[in-house]
Amino acid sequence: MLGKTAGGLYWMFRYLERSESTARLVAAGQRIALTRSQPDEEWASVLDTTATWEAYVARHGTVRRDTAIRWMLCDRENPSSILSCIEAARANARMVRTALTREVWESVNETWMVLRDALGERLGERDLPAATALVLQRAHQVRGAFAGTMLRNDIFNFARLGTFAERADNTARLLDVKYYVLLPSAQAVGTTIDNVQWESILRSVSAEGAYRMTYGQEVRPRHIAQFLILDPRMPRSLAFAVGKLVDNYGYLARTYGHRMPSHEMTDALRATYLDRSIDTILADGLHEYLQDFLRDLAAIGTQTEQDYRFYA
Amino acid sequence: MAFLHDIYHRQEIVRAGRLPAEMVARNDAFEPRMIGMEPPGGVYTHVVGIDLVRTGEDEFHVLEDNVRTPSGVSYMLENRETMLQMFPELFTQNRVKPVSHYPQALRRSLAACAPKGTAGEPVVAVLTPGLYNSAYYEHSFLADKMGVELVEGDDLRVVDGRLAMRTTEGYKSIDVLYRRVDDAFLDPLTFNPESRLGVPGLFDVYRAGRVTLANAPGTGIADDKAIYSYMPEIVRFYTGEAPLLRNVPTWRCSNPQELSHVLAHLDELVVKEVHGSGGYGMLIGPAASRAELAAFRAKLMANPGNYIAQPTLALSTVPVLTRAGLAPRHVDLRPYVLVSPEGVTITPGGLTRVALKAGSLVVNSSQGGGTKDTWVLED
Repeated sequence: MLGKTAGGLYWMFRYLERSESTARLVAAGQRIALTRSQPDEEWASVLDTTATWEAYVARHGTVRRDTAIRWMLCDRENPSSILSCIEAARANARMVRTALTREVWESVNETWMVLRDALGERLGERDLPAATALVLQRAHQVRGAFAGTMLRNDIFNFARLGTFAERADNTARLLDVKYYVLLPSAQAVGTTIDNVQWESILRSVSAEGAYRMTYGQEVRPRHIAQFLILDPRMPRSLAFAVGKLVDNYGYLARTYGHRMPSHEMTDALRATYLDRSIDTILADGLHEYLQDFLRDLAAIGTQTEQDYRFYA
Repeated sequence: MAFLHDIYHRQEIVRAGRLPAEMVARNDAFEPRMIGMEPPGGVYTHVVGIDLVRTGEDEFHVLEDNVRTPSGVSYMLENRETMLQMFPELFTQNRVKPVSHYPQALRRSLAACAPKGTAGEPVVAVLTPGLYNSAYYEHSFLADKMGVELVEGDDLRVVDGRLAMRTTEGYKSIDVLYRRVDDAFLDPLTFNPESRLGVPGLFDVYRAGRVTLANAPGTGIADDKAIYSYMPEIVRFYTGEAPLLRNVPTWRCSNPQELSHVLAHLDELVVKEVHGSGGYGMLIGPAASRAELAAFRAKLMANPGNYIAQPTLALSTVPVLTRAGLAPRHVDLRPYVLVSPEGVTITPGGLTRVALKAGSLVVNSSQGGGTKDTWVLED
């Protein structure tokens, strides 16, 4: 396979995953903002989670609901807006067209056409839930076409690496923005404000139901941290995403007959960050833990580009 | 093929006085770097798309010979797929020869042209100028259907005297490059130094016989519109036989007598640029306004050698569906021909191009033309 194709697949699926994460964040943000006295704080926190807060402030100044939502949904100035992500995913899909099945290509292309129309400038507050639901629905459809029609070979593996690198990144960022409400000191507080924050975290990864199924009605920060960091059953947890990275690098090693530095780094990532108890993680400092995790994860991405000659 | 080989070797046809020397020497499409060069398998024109028109019951003419990088074959295949879905009953009632094997036939034909000494199954790749080229869809479509890599200049490099592509496992040699970029952009060291589409050093690898370029550089000399007028003569020279398909009578404006005839009948003729394509830079006399005729007359007189003229043909029509119902529109037909040392394969079908404007004779898709599925019936 061409190095360029591997890179195109990786980025196509990173962008698709990012668009989906952002849709969840916006949906959860809207819900929380509606139930709070200072809703703009929630939007600032969502901007922070998508790592675009600085760019937003440079462009728009103060955080206002309307501009913040437009920024995340359809602003072309924001390379991580849902629309920008979908456009980038489609451009990559065109580039790697020969590696995709017709079903996957058509599904991505149609997603682009549908969302280009749906996420227009004129989107009103009432349209927001339907718009974010549409983004998620389209993401499910692309994933379905991908899972249902693609050959399980190196093409599949590079796409999966993109998906889970992005997912691990997104979940870690979400936790890092809200880390202070998950600290042991916060457990004692248990005020209504914190309850809202905890709910917001779970909503942002579509995990309210899954959490309840696992831990019951009582929402505790320690459980949330455990669930989203270490639980390998939770599809948006760090443990799950990193597990998938390890698997897919493993498949590549088998296909190509040798291991690469990025494989070792991913094994080390799992050993360093996930073979630990939640109590140690919290005691040693959640913020530092997440920052270090994000740094090491980014380094794996860079190493992967080199190992598989994405660009040169 | 015999013609191209001769032109780039002994030029017997020129020595015999059957083709004026300046038609070759002063032709922009003549590629001096191909002189004395033997393309792998002796094949110059691996893929040919010949434009045919019908002017009477059994009257067919060759309108153009496209032997550089003819496009449009993906339309032939997609039109058929669409027809199969929309009108399945037509295919139950009629026995239509399939065209769907074209990509496999193309790959086989290209592979058969691999350089001597290629070990194992030859590695074929399609070279595209990239995403923003208007034919990118076709390039990726063909690569996909042939099961070969679609590469751009920046995926390629010369490694150890071979053309190689950058893969996830390092550089891997290519034996046959089906290139869909023009000669001038193939190799910035040999041709256009500004080109970022090509591969530095590619032409040296080619000259060393270690990669096949399809089609070969310099084939344009054979489909050039001035050479076209000599084609019946060329066919007779190499085969000793009369051509099976007629050419459209053509006046060469480089000849003063013929030029004066063209100028006297400008409003009746079609005048084309010698190297033009895509339906650009041409005049259709009967459809042109007085001002257009005058403007074209000036251009023609300024550089007569750049033009040829032909009578306006009564092209055949096919019915198309318009808002007002069925209506006739002019068409031409481009069948696709594959050439390899194993022989010549003509695809049983082709691209029928339709001028969608009533009365128009310009069928080029870049000028708003449409296409139609084209059938060859089983006997």
